[in-house]
Amino acid sequence: MRIGVITFPGSLDDRDAQRAISLAGAEPVALWHGEHDLHGVDAIVLPGGFSYGDYLRCGAIASHSPIMAEVIDAANKGMPVLGICNGFQMLVEAHLLPGGLIRNDHGKFVRRDQVIRVENNTTAWTTDFTAGEEIVIPLKNGEGGYIASDETLKQLEGDGLVAFRYMGVNPNGSLNDIAGLTNPRGNVVGLMPHPEHAVEAGFGPNTEVRMRSGVDGLKFFTSVLEGVLS
Amino acid sequence: MAHVADTVENAIATPDKEQPYGALGLKPDEYAKIREILGRRPTSGELAMYSVMWSEHCSYKSSKIYLRQFGKKVSPKMKEHLMVGMGENAGVVDIGEGWAVTFKVESHNHPSYIEPFQGAATGVGGIVRDIISMGARPVAVMDQLRFGAVENPDTARVVHGVVGGISFYGNCLGLPNIGGETYFDAVYQGNPLVNALAVGVLRHEDLHLANASGVGNKVVLFGARTGGDGIGGASILASDSFDKTGPTKRPAVQVGDPFAEKVLIECCLELYKNELVEGIQDLGAAGISCATSELASNGDGGMFVELDNVLLRDPTLTAEEILMSESQERMMAVVKPEKLDAFMAVVNKWDVETSVLGEVTDTGRLVIHHGGEEIVNVDPRTVAIDGPVYERPVAYPSWIDELNTKTAAVLPRATDGAGLKEQFLELVASPNLADKSLITDQYDYYVMGNTALAFPDDAGMIRVDEESGLGFSIATDANGRYCQLDPYEGARLALAEAFRNVAVSGATPMAVTDCLNFGSPEDPEVMWQFSRAVEGLADACLEMEIPVTGGNVSFYNQTGSNAIHPTPVVGVLGVIDDVARRIPSAWQDEGQHIYLLGVTREELDGSAWANTIHQHLGGRPPQVDLGREMELASLLRGASLESLLGSAHDLSDGGLAQALAESVVRFGVGARVWLDDIIDRDGVDATNALFSESTGRVIVSVPREDDVKFQGLCDARKYPVLRIGVTTGVGSDATLEVQGQFTVSVTEIRERSAATLPKYFG
Repeated sequence: MRIGVITFPGSLDDRDAQRAISLAGAEPVALWHGEHDLHGVDAIVLPGGFSYGDYLRCGAIASHSPIMAEVIDAANKGMPVLGICNGFQMLVEAHLLPGGLIRNDHGKFVRRDQVIRVENNTTAWTTDFTAGEEIVIPLKNGEGGYIASDETLKQLEGDGLVAFRYMGVNPNGSLNDIAGLTNPRGNVVGLMPHPEHAVEAGFGPNTEVRMRSGVDGLKFFTSVLEGVLS
Repeated sequence: MAHVADTVENAIATPDKEQPYGALGLKPDEYAKIREILGRRPTSGELAMYSVMWSEHCSYKSSKIYLRQFGKKVSPKMKEHLMVGMGENAGVVDIGEGWAVTFKVESHNHPSYIEPFQGAATGVGGIVRDIISMGARPVAVMDQLRFGAVENPDTARVVHGVVGGISFYGNCLGLPNIGGETYFDAVYQGNPLVNALAVGVLRHEDLHLANASGVGNKVVLFGARTGGDGIGGASILASDSFDKTGPTKRPAVQVGDPFAEKVLIECCLELYKNELVEGIQDLGAAGISCATSELASNGDGGMFVELDNVLLRDPTLTAEEILMSESQERMMAVVKPEKLDAFMAVVNKWDVETSVLGEVTDTGRLVIHHGGEEIVNVDPRTVAIDGPVYERPVAYPSWIDELNTKTAAVLPRATDGAGLKEQFLELVASPNLADKSLITDQYDYYVMGNTALAFPDDAGMIRVDEESGLGFSIATDANGRYCQLDPYEGARLALAEAFRNVAVSGATPMAVTDCLNFGSPEDPEVMWQFSRAVEGLADACLEMEIPVTGGNVSFYNQTGSNAIHPTPVVGVLGVIDDVARRIPSAWQDEGQHIYLLGVTREELDGSAWANTIHQHLGGRPPQVDLGREMELASLLRGASLESLLGSAHDLSDGGLAQALAESVVRFGVGARVWLDDIIDRDGVDATNALFSESTGRVIVSVPREDDVKFQGLCDARKYPVLRIGVTTGVGSDATLEVQGQFTVSVTEIRERSAATLPKYFG
């Protein structure tokens, strides 16, 4: 199983996503934004960072990178695509997911160990979770406030497309505490928290048991691995 | 400044032309010296170059004679792991397994007062480029911040700007911010300190030094375009104290673009990896003037540059402005002609704009043409290396003896447990000891996935090798109040504390970087403080046998006659063979025994207690026995190797009281502690037991099953140790009980500690 991680100019968590894929037992494949080639991968991760300095709007320029034509095409054919933070912003800018992400309501960048609830465990990236499972995933962003029209929100909630919801603290003013979304088919998932930073004991978020021991993020990658293998 | 080119020919023809050297920060005798070196008056371009390169900031002209001690006071052991010492862009230390670490701390104080956001942001950017120029991948940053009093309305402006700037630039660069310091004191009101430290890692074989060798090799400028920002920043900003009546200096501060720098990092690393460059020099203070003259001085001695080839953001810039511009995110490379095409392919891949400026020559001269005419023709060493050296007057401060007699020992103390509790909570909530999450929550420490420890741990720790777990640990310290009382001891105390902070993380201290922040060198009493601090640090490094590998001096942190407290920030780097062995600074488990290592003395002078409870500064700083500190570090290492410790926390500001507060608040695990044994053995009272800042002390928590082993380790090494308590319950009813004195809920400590910064800066 080969999972591609696309590096854009300004991508920051691309190597971390590759490490997470390795730890889950799959083969990471480095993809370059300027190519029109997915190198035959089985799934794609759009990593976090500040692609193109987040100029214009976060993810806006990256969503027009050459490789995104292939990503959009593959996503529409059902290939699993995970957008993390800046990658989520790209998915929204590319209209693979609805709504928008704006500056945090408190105006500051925030880094915290965030509890989120898995609202939909039927997507390509969430099958290893139980429905309603609460997990701890690091969050770090300046523009993570999710917005959408009332109509879109109603549809997202009605169709079960809210994949993750912030628990305890809403860290950025996201409407309906939305932390992440899935498309109706369940192959395209985007979220602001960073699952690739909760994959290795000793370097993950704090949990109630131990400092930096959280590995809840690993299940994102094992989910897609099992899905593709079956 | 002339907009018609002032050529060398013209300078010879018009020897008496009046030149604005004073406005550029040069003194009359310095100007005369330049004329003597050249045998004529300088062209305006040459004057621009000399003025920035001979500024205090670039030339170290007031500090040089003292800094030489760091090179002289060395033992063979100090050189053992040192791959590159002082004088290069950053020092490089061998940490084993073929890995090396390069690190350095630098100041960006003056720009950060004028324009806090951009000043702090470009401070991060500048130090990171130093790291890249050694051939290393930057892997971590930390910042050492000193602000004015919390209640002064201007402090919020500076805090928000500086923290926002660091957060913006560092996060966008994808570098984990793993630690640092934040202090508030009215002495920094008009002169905040913004020091930035960066660490990089490299394989031994990837080490590069920036020099222009190989006649015919191309000199290439790449990265951001050159604009009008920061012109004269180096000389005018860093060499002048602030004066309220002066004109605004805002345009002299640079503007940062972290995206451009992130791309530049990846581009440089690919250039190194493909062996396409002989060397890369970063452009920081003094821009092209500095890069060309330093590259040429460190290489074959000659360089020819066509200034018209510099890509400009603003086409109206004059030659002098191009030479002085401090536009950020630029690098200069030396490239063999046959590798130029491959070089261009890499920079084009990363969309980095690039132009070939000239080439290395063997003339011994740095020659710069503009508009087809020769506007600079100098011996580059006279610009970059052989600048002026001053032996400034030094005077023993008239006020210091009186200050040293005003001991805090005579100040009123709490008479009962209720009084101690009140003081304990007052200290916990004091701005310097309070929870700093408001600041640190804005920094990403997750990126890169190798952060093993970060604030609020005593040291930051990064894994270098993902297979073996090899890593480094780093901590910085400087107590300006101690240094005000005694700069020699203060500098030694700063080293001791940083050393101890690295040791409690489980690592072995190996090397030092420093950023020496002082007032005006033209004030003989400040110069005395500086000379004593440097001597103290150099002596202490020799005694502890760890080398200073590089750093920075920042003078003129002074408004009128009010200088800051001497603030020599000392950073210590340690190595750990496996970061899995790291020791957190707070306990995580119930039922562990709490031990205090070290002896408590009656030492309240200069303490946080004296400051917070009595607004007092006087007396003598705590004693420090560096041999003892080394024994302590070795003991902690031994305990870490046997995995005997649940946690270890250094005792410093606020003494045992603050260490206990931080240990219970972090993971919400309470403790029951008794002071009686400390009081009996050390002959101190409860106030000293809680608030004394005696050195050489650490509290550790030990699982019961390892109790015997741990005690045996301490006995064998004859390090004083007392069992002072036990960790207790977790959860909402967890408490810190100081037996016979007071009990306070962990929730109350947390709330008091967390409320302070939001109150002023929320």
